[in-house]
Amino acid sequence: MNEVVSKRTNRGKGLRPVLGFLNDWGIVLAILALVLFFATTAPTFLQGTNLINILRSISIVTIIAIGLTVSLTVNGFDLSVGSTATLASSFVVSFFVWYSLPLGVSIGLALLLSLSVALVNILLIVWFKIPDLFATLATMFIVEGVAMTYTGGGSISAGMPRLDGTPTVGTIPEAFAKISQAPWIIVIMLVVVAVTHVFLSHTRHGRFLYIIGGNPEAARLTGIRVNRYRALAYLIAGLLAAIGGILLASQVGSSQINAGSGYLMPAVAAAFIGSSFAGQGKPNALGTLVGACLVGILENGLVMLSVPYYSLNIIKGLVLAVALATTYARYRKK
Amino acid sequence: MTSTNHHLKMTRISLAFPGVQALKQVSFEVKSGEIHALVGANGAGKSTLMKVLSGAETADEGTIRLDGKELSITSPRDAKQIGIDLVQQEVDVALVPYLTVAENICLDLLTDGTMTGFVSQRRYIQRAKEALATLQADISVKTRVKELRLAEKQLVLIARALVQERRFLILDEPTAPLSQAETSHLFSVVRRLAERGLGIIFISHRLQELYEICDSISIMRDGQLISRHALTDIAKEAVVEQMLGRQLTTVAKTSRANATNVLTVKSATNADVRDITLTVQAGEVVGIAGLVGAGKTELCKALFGDRPFQEGEVQIGGVTRRLRNPQAAIQAGIGLVPEERRKEGILVADSVAENLTAAAAHDFVNRWGLMDRRKEADQASQWVKELGIKVTDVKQEVGQLSGGNQQKVAIGKWLLTDVSVLVLDEPTKGVDVGAKQDIYRLIDGLAQQQKGILYATSEWDELLTVTDRIYVMFDGRIVHETKTADTSEETLLWYATGGGQR
Repeated sequence: MNEVVSKRTNRGKGLRPVLGFLNDWGIVLAILALVLFFATTAPTFLQGTNLINILRSISIVTIIAIGLTVSLTVNGFDLSVGSTATLASSFVVSFFVWYSLPLGVSIGLALLLSLSVALVNILLIVWFKIPDLFATLATMFIVEGVAMTYTGGGSISAGMPRLDGTPTVGTIPEAFAKISQAPWIIVIMLVVVAVTHVFLSHTRHGRFLYIIGGNPEAARLTGIRVNRYRALAYLIAGLLAAIGGILLASQVGSSQINAGSGYLMPAVAAAFIGSSFAGQGKPNALGTLVGACLVGILENGLVMLSVPYYSLNIIKGLVLAVALATTYARYRKK
Repeated sequence: MTSTNHHLKMTRISLAFPGVQALKQVSFEVKSGEIHALVGANGAGKSTLMKVLSGAETADEGTIRLDGKELSITSPRDAKQIGIDLVQQEVDVALVPYLTVAENICLDLLTDGTMTGFVSQRRYIQRAKEALATLQADISVKTRVKELRLAEKQLVLIARALVQERRFLILDEPTAPLSQAETSHLFSVVRRLAERGLGIIFISHRLQELYEICDSISIMRDGQLISRHALTDIAKEAVVEQMLGRQLTTVAKTSRANATNVLTVKSATNADVRDITLTVQAGEVVGIAGLVGAGKTELCKALFGDRPFQEGEVQIGGVTRRLRNPQAAIQAGIGLVPEERRKEGILVADSVAENLTAAAAHDFVNRWGLMDRRKEADQASQWVKELGIKVTDVKQEVGQLSGGNQQKVAIGKWLLTDVSVLVLDEPTKGVDVGAKQDIYRLIDGLAQQQKGILYATSEWDELLTVTDRIYVMFDGRIVHETKTADTSEETLLWYATGGGQR
């Protein structure tokens, strides 16, 4: 949707420079304000362990949101990232517990199989020309159902018999649980952000993705293989969602029903909040990281202030609404 | 419609946008029954002035009077109530495609309260039929608008303006997308409306037309009214001079063609064009003439591999090539500057630099596989200078440039890829007179660098000025070939209207 969040334009006299500054750096200011607020109201907030905690907790959201960001660059939208994460987490845990496959094989196979979701998306969007939002809405439900059917409608954890009563002997390797510990999960997140940033902002492939998002017809008549690049964007989105799902499985130590679906909304929020970061005016990897930080800090701080978890969605939803409102208000003015 | 005599007068209208004084003390008037031309280069302020009159913008200073009585027009609704309406250039924006002709025509009646509560289809249809009848337009009121041709949509839009009582009608470049036959039908409609007592303001870039249909003319430049004349009192050359603020220089055509063919097409056919045989020599500018719908755009797109030829042979630089898709065409050395500039030619939201390097992006990748931003900016500024693109910075968004400068960017994109054949489809569409000259000069320069140019246009005078040789298309075929020096507008038109056909 980078057509919508198009770049800021001329800055005239009076209030405009101020508004422009707020627009470009508003998220950073918001983060600083939140940190200040929580630091004064919840004394443990600024402690090192809590900050690490926040980074850990946003890692999965960030990785999934980065995938979503890539789909946004081509003016697409991948709603199926959450259920792709669920599917990947079911696969990887089942490989350990049901089939006792080794670590590398399980992860590799889970990633590979989860990419089939991206292939379905590509088929629907690029081949059948279904608008992105509707196509991925369909795959979101399909994949949710597939994951549930595969696991037999329940969760999978070590020692738990399969639904038909077959006992399981596999265990989840310790090394697998390590991946989601600090610092590894944070390192993985930062690597994903850095690689995607370089890819989007500093390679011609990234340039082409944005060009396609801005004007697919002009892109085609410039000789850019529009369909291939759109397919690539959905592959990347699917791959990162699957990585997010595997990290999720590692964190929880089991596979839960619809575990990934809760990540869709904060990922959308992070990507949209981040699109205005530093005046980029388009979906971008660094902005998404910053957006995820904002969402993560908000969530962490509110929990510390003893806001019940079931009320958090209200606040997160509001943050998303505000992020979208600012993005689209700018577009309307133009 | 009323037949009384009205006099609309705008006095000392000024309007500033951030950074630009769009209108400076402009006075303008038009009377019932008059067809008044409003001309000016792009950016002269004519559209802004008409926006003020039709309520889309509100002036900072100045008055608008009808028969001496001061009016307050602050919204399109005010203007419509007074009886002033604007027929937009972009007809598709103003109509609702999936509603019927009748529903579209009656749209304003719903919003102004004439039709309230339950409105029967029959009333719609009746009002719409009446309005279309005054235009003598043969359009079924039950058709959905999306199924109409452009010219028909325009008539629907005019009918929509006429379904209410109107005193003044503004037509913003109504003929730009029309064929000659459609234009002459539009003219008879406009004349009839004027006879019925409507005052008409007619905006157009085509001076010839204005002399055909208008009574008087106002010329604007740089936000100011330069002069007002009866059209019988001013020559075409003088109008152009006043629009430009300088004398029009004609491009001196130099012989530069060299006998080697850069492009040879033999009996090529696809669903849109049939049996195309043509050649372009290095350094030659070859015109593709034809009316709207003759297949010019389709031929251009076929050559660019967008709607590939199914049969026949294409040689570029003597090598046979299969142009299956745009990538193949680019690799073979063909570039296309498409007709719909904003939709197909440029990347509106991207910078000038990114636009210029888009087709040649692989040349700006360093050994790490990353884009070399500095090299990109350097080369872009060099080309900006060479092409005479007026920008403050290569990082400026292309969408902010004038039509002429956008077109230079669209052309420049291919010069970085070093194409040997450049196909231009209506390159001066929506470009003002001054920028047209720049584009002609640019094309001449390219020909001197031994590029082969195919130049498709429905502007006859342009073909005669710019090209060395012309192919005329009719109904998807090439029906005539001639040296430009040996032909005339009349001859071209004869073939373009199917005159050579048995």
